[in-house]
Amino acid sequence: MILDSKLPAGPLAEKWTKHKFTSKLVNPANKRKYTVIVVGTGLAGASAAASLAELGYNVKAFCFQDSPRRAHSIAAQGGINAAKNYQNDGDSVYRLFYDTIKGGDYRAREANVYRLAEVSVNIIDQCVAQGVPFAREYGGLLANRSFGGAQVSRTFYARGQTGQQLLLGAYSALSRQVANGKVKLFPRTEMMDVVTVDGHARGIVTRNLITGAIETHAAHAVLLCTGGYGNVFFLSTNAMGSNVTAAWRAHKKGAHFANPCYTQIHPTCIPVSGDHQSKLTLMSESLRNDGRVWVPKTVEIAEKLRKGEIRPRDIQEEDRDYYLERKYPSFGNLVPRDVASRNAKYVCDEGRGVNETGEAVFLDFRDAINRDSEDTIRARYGNLFDMYQQITGENPYQTPMKIYPAVHYTMGGLWVDYNLMTSVPGLYALGEANFSDHGANRLGASALMQGLADGYFVIPYTLGDYLAGLGTKPVDTNHPEFEKSVQEVKAKISKLLGIKGTKSVDYFHKKLGKIMWNDCGMARTAEGLTRAKGEIKALRAEFWKDVKVLGENEELNQSLEKAHRVADFLELGELMVDDALNRNESCGGHFREEYQTPEGEALRDDENFAYVAAWKYQGDEQEELLEKEPLVFENVKLTQRSYK
Amino acid sequence: MSWVTKTLSSTLGRKLIMALTGLFLILFLTGHVSGNLLLFKGDGGQAFNIYAKFMTTNPAVKILSYLTYISVIGHVIYAILLGRKNKSARPIGYAESGASTNSTMASRNMGILGTIILIFLVVHLQSFWYQMHWGDLPFVTYDGEEYKDLFSIVTFAFQNELMVAGYVIAMIFLGFHLSHGFASAFQTLGLNHKKYTPAIATLGKLYAVIVPILFALMPLYIYFTS
Amino acid sequence: MKLTLKVWRQKNNADKGGFVSYPLDGISTDMSFLEMLDVLNEELTEKGEDPVHFDHDCREGICGMCSLYINGKPHGPQQTTTCQLHMRSFKDGDTITIEPWRAAAFPVVKDLVVDRASFDRIIQAGGYVSVNTGGVPDANEIPIPKTIADEAFDAATCIGCGACVAACKNASAMLFTSAKISQLAMLPQGQVERKERAEKMIAQMDAEGFGACTNTGACSAECPKGISLTNIARMNREYFSAVLSSENV
Repeated sequence: MILDSKLPAGPLAEKWTKHKFTSKLVNPANKRKYTVIVVGTGLAGASAAASLAELGYNVKAFCFQDSPRRAHSIAAQGGINAAKNYQNDGDSVYRLFYDTIKGGDYRAREANVYRLAEVSVNIIDQCVAQGVPFAREYGGLLANRSFGGAQVSRTFYARGQTGQQLLLGAYSALSRQVANGKVKLFPRTEMMDVVTVDGHARGIVTRNLITGAIETHAAHAVLLCTGGYGNVFFLSTNAMGSNVTAAWRAHKKGAHFANPCYTQIHPTCIPVSGDHQSKLTLMSESLRNDGRVWVPKTVEIAEKLRKGEIRPRDIQEEDRDYYLERKYPSFGNLVPRDVASRNAKYVCDEGRGVNETGEAVFLDFRDAINRDSEDTIRARYGNLFDMYQQITGENPYQTPMKIYPAVHYTMGGLWVDYNLMTSVPGLYALGEANFSDHGANRLGASALMQGLADGYFVIPYTLGDYLAGLGTKPVDTNHPEFEKSVQEVKAKISKLLGIKGTKSVDYFHKKLGKIMWNDCGMARTAEGLTRAKGEIKALRAEFWKDVKVLGENEELNQSLEKAHRVADFLELGELMVDDALNRNESCGGHFREEYQTPEGEALRDDENFAYVAAWKYQGDEQEELLEKEPLVFENVKLTQRSYK
Repeated sequence: MSWVTKTLSSTLGRKLIMALTGLFLILFLTGHVSGNLLLFKGDGGQAFNIYAKFMTTNPAVKILSYLTYISVIGHVIYAILLGRKNKSARPIGYAESGASTNSTMASRNMGILGTIILIFLVVHLQSFWYQMHWGDLPFVTYDGEEYKDLFSIVTFAFQNELMVAGYVIAMIFLGFHLSHGFASAFQTLGLNHKKYTPAIATLGKLYAVIVPILFALMPLYIYFTS
Repeated sequence: MKLTLKVWRQKNNADKGGFVSYPLDGISTDMSFLEMLDVLNEELTEKGEDPVHFDHDCREGICGMCSLYINGKPHGPQQTTTCQLHMRSFKDGDTITIEPWRAAAFPVVKDLVVDRASFDRIIQAGGYVSVNTGGVPDANEIPIPKTIADEAFDAATCIGCGACVAACKNASAMLFTSAKISQLAMLPQGQVERKERAEKMIAQMDAEGFGACTNTGACSAECPKGISLTNIARMNREYFSAVLSSENV
């Protein structure tokens, strides 16, 4: 099968407009005859559910949290990009497109990225109309900042809580539709399976997390807006509940999984403090605008520091290595995330790490405070500094912050065509759950943009095209496929509860995380990946023999919820390793040590790897089948990224 | 339900009534304490008795006094209604309470303080107000006009240590009730402003100290001077 | 650190529930409070006892899911969310009492997990600006003075955790409700539905069975986002002026 990306023909700037025109429409009176399932209520899910309900579709929205407002989009701090060019500094749709394609190391589709840049401007309008309190200038107009290595100020923000404010905007729109009766909400409900009938997605099977009831829901289309799979690493900046289960079970029902190895490691997180650590906390990248990253010049000084013999402030200017400024004079501390992360790893691998574990570098605000005053810095980053102090017990106004990279975002995800439809007709993936727009590396402030673009401005057009061709025949859950799926889900639950082994779910999750972080993390080698593959297989076998899941199905059972999710991570992990092994090049968030320039930068192989690696599930314990979607670049010239 | 009854049965509507009646009672207390300062005049009660007659006969004062009765009754009834609603909002309480770190004692116990003040009020009305209106009071004559000698009743009552002590203690409770109630009423009415709220808070604290002290001084003064 | 935990255990909503004490050893001061509970749960699982259920998700103080009443205070001794509370706030040998949020409108689901759907229903009653996707004016066509935008933002930072309800002696949801009413009352976008919003959200708040406000200020003192009492005063104003001037009879 050749994966058809359904990219519209014609000049780049006209593709989306043309596509919208050629897409079929659903007559307004017919819209109420369709039911659409939306799984996940983050930025993509809430915006899609609200927008589709506004159009007249009947929407069922599902989330595993107690309220849609708690989806992990809420934790995004920095901001959202839009090509508004309000600052008159040379931004444009084309520039945002270009920056995103280049930032993604030329591993994304031109047409998708251009569309993203194009609708970015509408997102800001929409959010402001909803009452999202973006930062403003004294004149009352919107403020912008430069973010994540962009050379124009195109990032809109709401202090350090942009994700929260945007999600609350989408949540309010969703709430309005719940009140209107167009959206039926199912909180504390987890999707367990996608049901396909004659190859088309026709509904889902869910577990009510409070009663354990296994329920079926039929619909004309199913939208998965279930976020990323960073928690495969156990330690990540994702929420504890973030999981791959919905996407993975869709994958097992025929949806291709694309580029699973593209993982974004965020450079500015609070370092791990011990084995008890349950999650990592991100400090917004905006801190790099004023903070300077450094480590001691020599291993000796670093050792003294780690032993507590000297304090950071005691280290003289000439003994400090501001390694990002040294290696990348024009971008300095603002190099893209992958570059910043990898360099932190290098200096720590050299033994120059600055905390007890040797896995941390300094982010120092001393010079910024001397230049702009402590009050100015407090106004800019006060809440982040407070959060840092709360977690670490150290005062970042007086001593430099310690940071280390952590898994933050996954660019890979379910393969989707230009319409956001997966390889299963009627099954869509939006937001971080799909693979589409960020290539091998996502730029800062682009995740919020993509989630909302997909939900507010793409799916309302592309879904209609599919539904219009479907006819208005009602769907129900009487089809035997539903019952079959219910039995499979129940069998899996019984199996998990019946193992009654000796080790907790977290034990396996932590072990998997370690394997992934060591061998499929910031820097990968064929040798390490091969080793990891074996280890994951063995761990998975052990899991199914020895996991201990207490309690029963018919109650709130958080161990059982976790067991489901970890079982899927144990399968996904292996696919990530396969994908990383297959991709014999370095690009963006995927860095293979064998493929680097003499200066240690990622070395792409455009001739052999300018494609989307889409993996097709072949059955339990079978190797997955790789299908390639070639990436064609008609508008941008592929260059080696350089931030020197 | 009409919009009026609907509003007055909402939590905010009920709170509005608490605030308005409370503020009116504060006004009443202000008048009451200023008039009663005549007890300190040392003229054998003449000014006080004249004032007492004026207060029970003047038609304008009559209207005010009816408003006061209504306020007291309204304040009590709505306190009960709200108290019941509040109680049902948390049927199972906490085993441990750290409330002392997040709020003042008075603010958490307005109901208890109010109940004690209500008991005091009944005793107080029975002792003086009832006597003045329907009791068998001796008469005095000033400038050829007859007056009920309320002053003699007052001085007689405050010869009793228990009575004096009861009054002083009741005023302490009143002080605490006012220390929260004064500013709280403004907050409930929505009168919260960066510029004025600190002044209201200060005024409330002063009021809650000064008025009860003045009231408490009256039985003490009489006890120690006669 | 060595600790004794006194934890509320309740199998489900119908169960009566009660406290169970657990001794716990080897707790590091760098752990977050929830990581300390993770340790307890690992031990319980090892022993074959049902782990303590509690709500949590982002563990970075923003999703509002965590909800523990610790030693008599929502989210414990610091003015922060439970997930941001660290064990350095406790002393070796401490006994820590952990209870669920207590309110009729927040029924207990299991152990320390409560159902806060009542908050969602309050928002559904009117906590939004009724604009459909698309067809909105350019973002900069609605200028908003910075001071007002900032104040609206302060109200908008509410994470909906319910600590205000838990802290309030009346289990009142005034701070939560007022934060949303305030945010939208201050912004030009919220003007069109201003009166209706106040009336509907407050009616829903009452219908959910939350208590009234005694202005103790406990809600704001315990709010992890420091939402100000000014919002409650503003809500009261909004409500009184709405009922007096709206067309709803």
